[in-house]
Amino acid sequence: MSNLSINRIIDTAFKYAGIFCTFLGLALLALFIGDILIDGFHRIDWDFLTNLPSRRAEKAGILTAWTGTAWILGLTSIIAIPLGVAAGIYLQEYGKKNRLASFVEVNIANLAGVPSILYGLLGLEIFGRVLHLGGSLLAGAFTLSLLILPIIIVATREALKAVPNSLREASYGMGATKWQTIWLQILPAASGGVLTGIILALSRAVGETAPLIVIGALAYVPFVATSPMDEFTVMPMQIFNWVSRPQHEFLVNGAAAIIILLVITFAMNGIAIYLRNKWQKKVNW
Amino acid sequence: MISRKKKERIIEGVLAFCGFTTILTTVGIIWVLLSESLSFFSDVSLFDFLTDKEWTPLFTQKHYGILPLLSGTFLTTFIAVVTAVPIGITIAIYLSEYAPKSFRRNVKPALELLAAVPTVVYGFFALTVVTPFLQTIIPGLGSFNALSAGLVMGIMIIPLVSSLSEDALFALPKSLREASYGMGATRFQTAFRVAVPAASSGIVVSVILAVARALGETMVVAIAAGQQPVLTLDPRDSVETITAYIVQVSLGDVQHGSVEYRTIFAAGMTLFVFTFALNQFSYWIKKKYQEKYE
Repeated sequence: MSNLSINRIIDTAFKYAGIFCTFLGLALLALFIGDILIDGFHRIDWDFLTNLPSRRAEKAGILTAWTGTAWILGLTSIIAIPLGVAAGIYLQEYGKKNRLASFVEVNIANLAGVPSILYGLLGLEIFGRVLHLGGSLLAGAFTLSLLILPIIIVATREALKAVPNSLREASYGMGATKWQTIWLQILPAASGGVLTGIILALSRAVGETAPLIVIGALAYVPFVATSPMDEFTVMPMQIFNWVSRPQHEFLVNGAAAIIILLVITFAMNGIAIYLRNKWQKKVNW
Repeated sequence: MISRKKKERIIEGVLAFCGFTTILTTVGIIWVLLSESLSFFSDVSLFDFLTDKEWTPLFTQKHYGILPLLSGTFLTTFIAVVTAVPIGITIAIYLSEYAPKSFRRNVKPALELLAAVPTVVYGFFALTVVTPFLQTIIPGLGSFNALSAGLVMGIMIIPLVSSLSEDALFALPKSLREASYGMGATRFQTAFRVAVPAASSGIVVSVILAVARALGETMVVAIAAGQQPVLTLDPRDSVETITAYIVQVSLGDVQHGSVEYRTIFAAGMTLFVFTFALNQFSYWIKKKYQEKYE
């Protein structure tokens, strides 16, 4: 066989290897979702959503878990969104190209790579002990806020970077101050990208388990939280608790709770992807 | 009424403060890990920590050797990386060098969904699907083992490798490929002799970040790998990773300020040292070897 035809065969073989690998990941995801639906879908009913946790698997529900997740989502948004967007604005619009700026940049890259469980150790000491928040919702929200801050900052900076300079110059030309320019022109123009980043970051927070275990979130909480100082559990904690038990009935509960959690995270990701596409299409500087 | 100039200064100050919270976070993490680890090492010698082959802080016969936790961590990480890197890079090359544009546009977000699945869900997957499947192939495999956790962690980090590598490949200028095609090269030859070497720094960075991610992954190993800190490199064994140990202690009832309590900070410090070094290394590669094509 000539070299040429061997090369062609290798080329085609790799093409199919590529297709195979690409679909392998997707096929596993599909298999997995199918398996979970079979295991858990029949378990989901109104009682499952409105029952308190119980030692009897068939009576246990996820009321405290999903209300806890809603609390965490709300509190984390309140803390992390202003902080992250403000930090992003500062670094992109005010930050000077000097040593300090590059140090901050390296630092953010590093923070994004710190394992989430180490944020849990930070939260346990700083928020739990030093600020006396214990294993409360507020301690959890602070911890998760620090965890997702790098994601929001990087997304904000990317979105601001994409806004052309002519917009800034036009605004300055009209006599606007720097902040007026940012608040009234740049930020609205970048809002699509910023919002995408925020939603992706929050979806990450919704799925996190490890740092909350470390700060002392409880697996068994028999009441619905009514204030940020209450102890709490969240969906991933409840799933972890059920999955860790040997009885099959609890695994079924776990699968049912996973379906609800996946609906939440996929919906958030779907919205983020939709916004990103819409924003990319609309903005054609 | 405050002047316009003053108002601008105040706003800038507030924004700057928000920017510096990121530095405070880093300082906080290092301070917490260091201070608690230092108290730990006033009770346990660093030599024992690094050389003792047993890790039993929760038993009456206490040993504080980190090696069993490290072997568990490295074993699951190794399995994950060996799974994810070949598949992830193949996907990246296929998407950037072979696939039609529309295919790439649709498949990339779908792959990113794999990364959006919460890790506790992957743990469930490992325990209830992958382990029973492996048990039909490997007789006598226990319900907790490093292999299943490692494989699932590998699936989980495929999107990380494929997406970062694909970005690096896609950023290459078209002229490089066209020159190669003009010389009569096939897509395979162009991919492996021109594109991959030219994008190698980005691909290496993706692999390093995947390693760091696997080292710090918690829920999959906590659910599927077990809680047996044994010094082993046999993937069929039940192992305990650093992260799984921290979870185990956090779920239990350990007195604040005790040596047992401080073990999780010493273990966390060890994990931090590795992931921090890997992150620095990847940042350094990115800055130093980034090829600039005009």
